[in-house]
Amino acid sequence: MPREKFTILRSPFVPLPVDNVDTDQIIPARFLKATTREGFGDNLFRDWRYTSDGTPNPEFVLNKDMYTGKILVTGKNFGSGSSREHAAWALYDYGFRVVVSSFFADIFRNNALNNGLLPVQVSEGFLQRLFELSVKNPDTLLEIHLPEQKITVVTTGEYEGFEINAYKKECMLNGYDDIDYLLSNKDKITAYEQSHHK
Amino acid sequence: MEPKTLFDKIWDNHVVEHIEGGPDVVYIDRHLIHEVTSPQAFAGIEQRGVKVFRPDRTVATADHNVPTRDQHLPIREELSRLQVQKLEENCRHHSIPLYGLGHPWQGIVHVIGPELGLTQPGMTIVCGDSHTSTHGAFGSIAFGIGTSEVEMVLATQCVLQPKPKKMRITVEGTLGKGVTAKDMILYITSKISASGGTGYFIEYAGSAIRSLSMEGRMTLCNMSIEMGARGGLIAPDETTIEYVRGREFAPKGEDFDKMAEQWLSLKTDERAVFDREITYDATDIEPMITYGTNPGMGIPVTGTIPVVNKNDPDAVSYYKSLDYMGFRAGEPMIGKPVDYVFLGSCTNGRIEDLRAFVHMIRGHKKAENVVAWIVPGSKQVEKQALEEGLDKILKEAGFELRQPGCSACLAMNDDKIPAGKYSVSTSNRNFEGRQGPGARTMLTSPLTAAAAAVTGKITDPREFL
Ligand code: SF4
Repeated sequence: MPREKFTILRSPFVPLPVDNVDTDQIIPARFLKATTREGFGDNLFRDWRYTSDGTPNPEFVLNKDMYTGKILVTGKNFGSGSSREHAAWALYDYGFRVVVSSFFADIFRNNALNNGLLPVQVSEGFLQRLFELSVKNPDTLLEIHLPEQKITVVTTGEYEGFEINAYKKECMLNGYDDIDYLLSNKDKITAYEQSHHK
Repeated sequence: MEPKTLFDKIWDNHVVEHIEGGPDVVYIDRHLIHEVTSPQAFAGIEQRGVKVFRPDRTVATADHNVPTRDQHLPIREELSRLQVQKLEENCRHHSIPLYGLGHPWQGIVHVIGPELGLTQPGMTIVCGDSHTSTHGAFGSIAFGIGTSEVEMVLATQCVLQPKPKKMRITVEGTLGKGVTAKDMILYITSKISASGGTGYFIEYAGSAIRSLSMEGRMTLCNMSIEMGARGGLIAPDETTIEYVRGREFAPKGEDFDKMAEQWLSLKTDERAVFDREITYDATDIEPMITYGTNPGMGIPVTGTIPVVNKNDPDAVSYYKSLDYMGFRAGEPMIGKPVDYVFLGSCTNGRIEDLRAFVHMIRGHKKAENVVAWIVPGSKQVEKQALEEGLDKILKEAGFELRQPGCSACLAMNDDKIPAGKYSVSTSNRNFEGRQGPGARTMLTSPLTAAAAAVTGKITDPREFL
């Protein structure tokens, strides 16, 4: 189904310098009971974001006014754990369009790309630099340039290239998804079935 | 011909199309669905105005949300009930067979696939659940997918996947007394780390793997995902064939013999190259336990919690995790008090696991300080346990056999470990809050769980053998 096209995004970022953030942290299992895709953003990072009595935890970065933006910058091995796509929906629903990390769990990377959320993998050094900048200058601006596959710190000019599969890049740029592609190739699938599953 | 790995052979045989600069279009032989990750996918295909393409290759069950007591009554919790109802509606509407609550074949999706013979060697199998890797035990390519991909498979019977890299993990030698497949996988994960398998599909090989039962192989492949791998698989052999023979959806008679011959030929060619190869010695493996909040944080049950240097880049998250667990570096695990014991899940909820547990607790009593949940993986496992009288032995020792489902593995139903309590669990994940907000999980084998259940503290299971 058509979704937002992604080309160039300029935005400040939200730093979450924690490694191994798993899907149970992103969206705890007890919030998975909805039967639609919307509304998961309210419970994004639920157990970190709110204290046990339901009040916002002022220590958690999403509750700090000085950090805003559509980019989440987080520690290595982000999104490990469950295949639940709700993690990607929750991040997207909250308003994030890009997650930057030095390492992503496989299924998460796929799920993110399937839902218009761009995973940008950078070197550990670049990542640490972003965390440093976020302390000095909470409103540091980043630019994510998908056509050139480049992430730049706008104020300082520091940048790094990132990898993305050519096909997924096309999909993100044009705002279409895998199912559109497959549905237009039904004849090939039927031909395969006939030759392999007699 | 170029030598190929088992993985390549099955994969290549299922590629409908290779997209230039992109993923492969991979045909799926079996699609398993459950109530939690399917509703949005059904809504999606309905919005697109398409029907399920191959309902005969799709099978559904209800497992994640279901209560493990009084399953004949309506589910009390409203949202869970709604998801299960939605699944029933969707399956009816799209002519998908559903083995839901009350059906004699109901159970955890990764337990019922193999026991019904739906899982067969050489197949591609997917499910909207990461532990789909379990089915790789049969020499199939099985992996978890997200809901968009569930929608994709419903609509086209295909997924788009980049071909993963290949790793072979060889374990040679004989496992010691009281050491199980669960200990083997916790050991491997502790060596490779919770992200060391990312990007790979793992083939398990070697004499220690071949000597495992199918149940043990499933436990092993189940937790491949805990190293970050897409999945794991084991070449089919006589053990595999004998397990599949005679099962409900397995081929019958001559067809079976023909298939069996084909299945036995499925293996990695001698000179095939893997992107990474690792070998372990089975005699190095001891009963294992996790002390932290990811499955890679495992040590021998008789070991002490590692001390990580404060300057280590991982020190912050390491100590945060010990903090969550209420443990200190350098402490031994033996003797730590236990509040809950959970036997079950798609990792260790099969009949062999129940037998192992019962064997250990026979002649003992459940410790007073322990609450124990013994949850069979499926209706058929439950039935078998009753036929063998395992429920009676459990009862005499103060345990209760509950009804099948995922239960405390992810605590979406009522089986939640309270905050701050210590749980010895035979499931696969010890993440923060996995078994309930604030719950503290230690992963072990059924034997170590049984030892903890009768002593009320962490105990070396070998003392009971
Ligand atoms: S038992 Fe646990 S890991 Fe297995 S399918 Fe259920 S929730 Fe997932």
